[in-house]
Amino acid sequence: MSVFDGLKFRRVYSPIHNLDPRVKFIYVIVIFVAAILFSEILPLIALFLMQIPFVLLARVQKQWLRSLRGAAFLASFIFIVNIATKFFTAGYMLTATDFEFSTAMTLRFVVLVESFSVFFLTTSPDHLGLALEQTRIPYEFAFAFTTAVRFVPVLAEEAQTIMDAQKARGLEMEKGNFLKRIRNYVPVLIPLIVSAIRRSLELAEAMESRAWGASKKRTNLYALKLGRGDLALLAITICILAFSIYLRLYFVVPNIIQFF
Amino acid sequence: MIEVEDAHFSYSNRVEALKGISLTIKDGEFVSVMGQNGAGKTTLIKHFNGLLKPSQGIVRIDGVDTRKTSIATLARNIGFVFQNPDHQLFSETVEEEIAFALKNFGFETEVIEKRIDWALNLLGLTQYRKTSPFLLSGGERKRVALASVLAWDPKALILDEPTIGQDYQQKEKLRQFIVQMQTQGKTIVIVTHDVEFVAECNSRVLLMREGRIIADGESRDILTDPEVLAKSSIVLPQIAQIFARLSSLGIPKDVIDVYEAKTIILEALEKRRK
Repeated sequence: MSVFDGLKFRRVYSPIHNLDPRVKFIYVIVIFVAAILFSEILPLIALFLMQIPFVLLARVQKQWLRSLRGAAFLASFIFIVNIATKFFTAGYMLTATDFEFSTAMTLRFVVLVESFSVFFLTTSPDHLGLALEQTRIPYEFAFAFTTAVRFVPVLAEEAQTIMDAQKARGLEMEKGNFLKRIRNYVPVLIPLIVSAIRRSLELAEAMESRAWGASKKRTNLYALKLGRGDLALLAITICILAFSIYLRLYFVVPNIIQFF
Repeated sequence: MIEVEDAHFSYSNRVEALKGISLTIKDGEFVSVMGQNGAGKTTLIKHFNGLLKPSQGIVRIDGVDTRKTSIATLARNIGFVFQNPDHQLFSETVEEEIAFALKNFGFETEVIEKRIDWALNLLGLTQYRKTSPFLLSGGERKRVALASVLAWDPKALILDEPTIGQDYQQKEKLRQFIVQMQTQGKTIVIVTHDVEFVAECNSRVLLMREGRIIADGESRDILTDPEVLAKSSIVLPQIAQIFARLSSLGIPKDVIDVYEAKTIILEALEKRRK
């Protein structure tokens, strides 16, 4: 469940935590777009390194590293699939370029994970809900979204308990071949899904009994305002986007291999 | 035999949940672990089947260090029933639910059939054999969970909060059941807040507080000691409360059992009449 650890919000105060979630979200999306624009390794390395000052400023390096470790399995899977396809389509041959390309694809995934991880680690669910509401998304949707985000750690904990309960009945998750291992998850997934559905029904009842949706116009105690830091980040974000598009359209990004 | 030597444990949030626990539970013993929420009760018992391993110190089950063996191997001897049955039920029928663990432990098909019959009968679930566990009531689901563990006949039985959500009659049945298991030589460990339940069980009591054991002894001694109990936010059982207030009549304070209490009160009344 270590992937979820990287998405769990902890209340700390740092310049990054205080930024407007809307601007942070735009930033993440731009990093996302930039990572998709390039399939060469150099710009992806740059994108990867760009997140590090954010992580350090927000002082969430520990949780961030943990989420990266959690993503390691999928990342290696992507690497292997890429190498394998190259190997089989290019007539059972591998070149250095193939390795570089596969590494780049893996790095692209890592960049996506790390930027989302920074976003979720530094944005409280309340803030996020507020941001959604202020962008005029209907409250029902905003509420559904924040509730979903808030339930991720709860579900992760529950999954852990269920796994313990089944291990206590002799289930060995890591035993057997690939298919058997996938089947090993059935005794964990079914109780998890059943209890999630039960929990959502209970939540719905609790909300109804507290008159959810009684007033059409909601007001908020806090309102989000763009500060100086937000504008600075917005400017940086726009620069990154413009620069990436410019680079993509007018330049040929070199491969590292060419330097050797 | 369960041996714990100076065990420490902390979760990833770095709060130390166990701060040096040492204890021995002999075969055939009946132990109730009590204490307020967050005292480390569940953390402690999860060490008994290897679900958690001590970060410092040693936990040995029948002489085997839990760090050097698998949970599945330990679980064969230590049956662990979780607090919430919904965390383990997943099969289409009660029968398959019970068969799950038996298959994991590699029992033969005929043996599995026999064990299912036996466990269903033992807990009065025979009529639900082909029913989905999700359609049963809370109490019944709890019994299915218990049956699914008892079916492989572990040497020791660990029950986390077995009385929660059970009505009085079911609790009484559970108590008789536990006593019956104990007379068959099984080691029983229960974690509970239910002081009346423990008073009736007459077991050894471990009181925990903030990751330490603060009292260990017979229920009669511990459950009648208001000072020790107050430290772990437990109140005296009702019989002990009455007897503490009646001490002017010259009756002993250390009574928790209903039957014993009745005898003593009758004797006291008899004396008065004469």
